[in-house]
Amino acid sequence: MTTTENTPDAGQPPAGVSQALSDFSLDQQQNSLSDVVRASIARLKSGDLGSVPAVLAIVALVAIFGFSRPDSFLSLLNFANFLDQASSVIVIAMAVTFVLLLGDIDLSAGFTAGVSAAVLATRLQDGWPLAASLFAAFGVALVLGLFTGFMVAKVGIPSFVVTLANVLLFQGILLLIVRDGGSVRIDNDFINNVVGGTLSPTQSWIVAVLGLGLYGLSQVRRQRLSYGAMPMSLVAIRLAAGAVLVAVVTYLLNQNRAFASAPEPITGMPIVIPAIAILVVVLSFVLDRLRYGRFLYAVGGNREAARRAGINIKWVEWSAFVCTAMVAAIGGIFLASRVNSVDSNTGANDTLLLAVGAAVIGGTSLFGGRGRMINAVLGGLVLALIPNGLGLIGKTEIFGWEVDFSSSGVKFICSGLALLVASSVDALSRKRTA
Amino acid sequence: MASVQGGHEVGEAMSETASEGASTTATAVVPLLAASGINKSFGPVHVLHNVDFNVFPGTVTALIGDNGAGKSTLIKCIAGIYGMDTGSIRFDGDEVHIASPRDAAELGIKVVYQDLALCDNLDIVQNMFLGREIVRRGMLDEHAMETAARETLASLSVRTVKSVRQPVSSLSGGQRQTVAIAKAVLGKSKLVVLDEPTAALGVAQTEQVLELVRRLAASGVGVVLISHNMNDVLEVADRVCAMYLGRIAADISTGTGVKRETLVELITSGRSGSHGLVDGLVG
Repeated sequence: MTTTENTPDAGQPPAGVSQALSDFSLDQQQNSLSDVVRASIARLKSGDLGSVPAVLAIVALVAIFGFSRPDSFLSLLNFANFLDQASSVIVIAMAVTFVLLLGDIDLSAGFTAGVSAAVLATRLQDGWPLAASLFAAFGVALVLGLFTGFMVAKVGIPSFVVTLANVLLFQGILLLIVRDGGSVRIDNDFINNVVGGTLSPTQSWIVAVLGLGLYGLSQVRRQRLSYGAMPMSLVAIRLAAGAVLVAVVTYLLNQNRAFASAPEPITGMPIVIPAIAILVVVLSFVLDRLRYGRFLYAVGGNREAARRAGINIKWVEWSAFVCTAMVAAIGGIFLASRVNSVDSNTGANDTLLLAVGAAVIGGTSLFGGRGRMINAVLGGLVLALIPNGLGLIGKTEIFGWEVDFSSSGVKFICSGLALLVASSVDALSRKRTA
Repeated sequence: MASVQGGHEVGEAMSETASEGASTTATAVVPLLAASGINKSFGPVHVLHNVDFNVFPGTVTALIGDNGAGKSTLIKCIAGIYGMDTGSIRFDGDEVHIASPRDAAELGIKVVYQDLALCDNLDIVQNMFLGREIVRRGMLDEHAMETAARETLASLSVRTVKSVRQPVSSLSGGQRQTVAIAKAVLGKSKLVVLDEPTAALGVAQTEQVLELVRRLAASGVGVVLISHNMNDVLEVADRVCAMYLGRIAADISTGTGVKRETLVELITSGRSGSHGLVDGLVG
């Protein structure tokens, strides 16, 4: 290996093993920036679209809404508010990504979030300390996840059916905890600040610089291990773009965004930004850098191949439902934090559908084997942008018809269409790569 | 029962092989794998009848037989996918008990299945190391795996793969087969079983894979080749085991100039000339 040149030899290849090694020309090549761009385009053409459609959708939606309602949609207040709206769906979308990777589904993740939030709220109300209350909430989520995983992996019921039953089961548990029609208030500042709270401007800058630094380190490390397949110029461009984006966003969020009539100014980065960033990094680490993550992709890609490779499929499936439940419990904290209370509707209605939709719109495949945590974030942003923007457009006349874009009907239809388009992209690109 | 007589004949055929092999050094060594008296039933269906099966290091043993003859079942017993009803397996001279694919893999028995068993969504390195990833400080060591994968492919003189980071979904049939074989060879493999490795391949790709099979045996690995293609068998195999209705009909060395017709007759009727089961079988 030590004798291998980094550049393919145009002349006669050296003998023996190094001769064969030099055949992996693509691995040995020093790629230039244009090579990388060309390779990405080739990958897109081959049907591996990843999160590109979601990014395009975000750009398009921001452009459309920004153009039609520049003063309200593009306001800083709306930007921060929109992130808060998107946060819980994003977290629950990350939760269901674990089971989606296996080709399974968890229809009850929303209620898992709801039940955990209810446990948390009632424990806090009973005067338990925060740590104990969180412990109880995650403990309950663990039990729910173990139960679902047992039914799917050990008993062998399709996950769709198990979690469909769970929707009723967990909703029942939620109703018993919060009592019919009741609502449990949360007075704990820590929980209430997760969604809606902001960092001070100084803290915002510290978080921004810290995040950027870690991103830079990871990029440089990847470049070092890529044998020159990843050009240094690409790292530089990514870092520069990241730095500009983070600096601009942090600067803007540090400006006062409250209405002129508000009694107090609102400044600083919403806490959901670092909170979700940490979740994405930690969960992506699990998927990309741990054996466990590799097993998830393998089982989702080809169950039989994974089994023959000695992977304990049942254990992987079981544990994936536990992971989903645990992350869903974090989503439950986000849900509760947004309204500072828990009631029988926490995690109900369209929460789960939006979460699964967010994952799929972001580029995670419903067929298993393909998906990343960042997809959940991008898809969640798309699904939050739609109702946010439409709500601000309100009543408008189009071709002589008066349409109320802020009505729930229009919002649902648009979100549904977005999901349909995303899953068509998924199905078509699958056809193409198969 | 006829199988008793059959068993006698098999014994003769084997002793013929042994005396034949005594002149050359290759087959004089202890078998790498010696399965004896294997019986296996699926409910009322008796699939394997007292099967004896030997594999020697550094040789290619072809396992032939018609569909339903029991080839795959035999291999799955050896690979730990099915349990055997009766019978014993000696590996490298030691009596072993293979209860799971993991046990087999730990002994160094690797099977490349007909349906390849690769994950399309993973790349070549990820597939080759599936289930035995190199982990450093709790994290996947991609760099070490990539290097080892490249070295393994290079040691097999694989020329058809440009990058070890290509996803398997982008590979051709021959390339996939190559990756599957390289996956089997990776690490300490002593016995590699190839189930119909050329079934879905074109002429040039078949040649490549057969060449790979030869190189594999030359490196000292015991190779079992399951194939329906008699040309492939005669081209690469040192010994041929023919199965017929769950029994070993013949175990012959190809050094003696075995003809294609002989093999075909063994497959279709269980006997051919001096080889094979005596009476045929009682249904």
